[in-house]
Amino acid sequence: MQIDLVFLQQDLLPALNRGLQISIALIVPASIIGFICGVILGCMRVYAKQWLRRLANAFVAIVRGVPLAIQLMFIYYALPKLGIYFEPYGAALTSFIICTSAYQSEYIRGAILSIRKGQILAAKSLGFTPLQTIVSIIIPQAARRALPGCGNEIIYLIKYSSLAYLVTCMELMGEGKVVASDTFRFFEVFAVVGLYYLAMVSIAQCILNYLEARTSIPGFQKR
Amino acid sequence: MTHASPVLDVRHIKFKVGVRTILDDCSLTLNKGELKVLIGPSGAGKSTFLQCINFLQIPDSGEIFLEGEQITTNNVKQLCSYRSKVGMIFQDFKLFDHLTALDNVAIALRKVRKYTASAAKDRAMQELERVNLGDKTELYPAQLSGGQKQRVAFARALAMDPIVLLLDEPTSALDPELVGEVLQVIRDLAAHGMTMIMATHQMDFIRAISTEIIFMEQGRIIEQDSPANLLAPNCESRTKQFYNTLQSV
Amino acid sequence: MLAGSLVTLGIVFGALSIGLIFGLFFAVLQVYGKAWQAALVGIYVFLFRGFPIIVLLFLGYGFFVALGLPANPFMISCVVLGCTSTAYQSQIFRGAIMSLRAGQFKAARALGMTDWQAIRYIIIPQALRLSIPGWSNEYSILLKDSAICFVLGTQDIMAKTSFAAARTHEHLALYAAAGLIYFILTLVVVKLLSRLENKLHIPGFTQANGDNNL
Repeated sequence: MQIDLVFLQQDLLPALNRGLQISIALIVPASIIGFICGVILGCMRVYAKQWLRRLANAFVAIVRGVPLAIQLMFIYYALPKLGIYFEPYGAALTSFIICTSAYQSEYIRGAILSIRKGQILAAKSLGFTPLQTIVSIIIPQAARRALPGCGNEIIYLIKYSSLAYLVTCMELMGEGKVVASDTFRFFEVFAVVGLYYLAMVSIAQCILNYLEARTSIPGFQKR
Repeated sequence: MTHASPVLDVRHIKFKVGVRTILDDCSLTLNKGELKVLIGPSGAGKSTFLQCINFLQIPDSGEIFLEGEQITTNNVKQLCSYRSKVGMIFQDFKLFDHLTALDNVAIALRKVRKYTASAAKDRAMQELERVNLGDKTELYPAQLSGGQKQRVAFARALAMDPIVLLLDEPTSALDPELVGEVLQVIRDLAAHGMTMIMATHQMDFIRAISTEIIFMEQGRIIEQDSPANLLAPNCESRTKQFYNTLQSV
Repeated sequence: MLAGSLVTLGIVFGALSIGLIFGLFFAVLQVYGKAWQAALVGIYVFLFRGFPIIVLLFLGYGFFVALGLPANPFMISCVVLGCTSTAYQSQIFRGAIMSLRAGQFKAARALGMTDWQAIRYIIIPQALRLSIPGWSNEYSILLKDSAICFVLGTQDIMAKTSFAAARTHEHLALYAAAGLIYFILTLVVVKLLSRLENKLHIPGFTQANGDNNL
């Protein structure tokens, strides 16, 4: 099998670069908004009133128990029956935010629960108000503990953003599929598409490693 | 009475967990410069009593006065300000794991006392030097030995200029060879007139420097007198009995 | 949809078994093998964890066609998911092996076992027990990933659902039902595995620091 440079340069790469922009437009907002929602959800699952906590737990259990593909199809094809309409891009973004926030909340919850009770007692004994305790003690510790998990989740999001193509959102995967179907060069096309994702994942991993190294302190290493 | 009013006055503290009574009607008064010691078998409620005095556990009933002012638990601001004036030393140190020794001491100065960052740093430095840790300021708790951690905890509490210091078995989580360095800190504090309540099992130390022994058992204060009286050779006190069991081990 | 469930479970268990066998083999290579063997496994894991499943499925399809093999969607799905699961499971086993104390290996050697015997009779039985929690996680991930295989034309739950939805326009009810089926399939097996974990439990033998971990 010879590598066809003309095909690469003229057909494949322009299409994939177009798709890449959409992919990034999905991944970046989904990971940021998803993370913020995940933090709120995670805090709710630890600190909120019982009925709210149960509600949040049930939400997370459902989102984590149902394949993302189903959630996407549900939002795009089923919600219009209830009068809620989405563009393909909007449907993909919404379902990614919902999905990521549920998974992120798991890590946030775990990190908050992992903080030893004594830390809070010590803060109280020095006269910290509850808000000061959360800001100066709980968040800096929980953030460090949650970082590896939350980072992993962003890597997953990058890979699973390829599912947006199922609801006809023309991102990297979608553009690749069109070229592949037109030319029947499945293997070459998807190998290159895969490399695009690999590159995105690797860059994200580098940034995360850097962040972890920057914020790492003795006693908080990855266990 | 010519006596000056007590610094800390704790009256009729009761504390229950479920149906179990942990503290039953415990009271004590503390005058300036006194060092009172809580002793008794484990499970007697010493730790809980100290935590109740600082409202880390909210007692079911009882009153606490600091310099004549009654402390109420429903006013968060007053409660925080009270706690910031009553220092606490824990058995297991409870340093903030994500902060250096210096920041452990400085953070409450900045957040609670509203010092500027540099003023807090200077003061923290001064306190760490006082406990002979001037060269360990940039280390994290995970890098310090038990004795060093406990001395950082002392610096952290003392930086707040506490009116009263509560010590909950400050040496019992330490390796035997590290106990001395922490006791030295306490001895210095006593010599400088710090007002303290301490739960401990270091009997010889108690004998040497405490002004009063409070013996607790099953959530009650059983005996309360000077060490000279309670530990006198011919005394039949419960404290003496306890002292002898400790010695015979 | 019931037939679809069987196809889904077929794919998942096919992939799990492939992943179990090769994952275990790769993990042993990575921990006890020579440097180049460990490096090869590392590259394999990197590639299969970096590519999205859907891309791998189409790649697998292209691969089968290029080799002239029959392009049976069920087979391709099993193999592709099996390959990704190999990557993930090898890391689960690697973690389990590394959490065993080095003394276990030394003790086996001291009794005159060969390295292979030590791995076979001492390390693997312990590592497998430690891997059960990671395994139940892997199952639920695979189950959810299998919902993507319908793009190749497998007749799984997802395919049946989207086909029925297109015909009857009952998207709401059908997708909700499909979600429920996946949810139940996850729950049942996770419960079964935690039963298995209790059954195989040996006193004093738990994941190192299990309680303090996140």
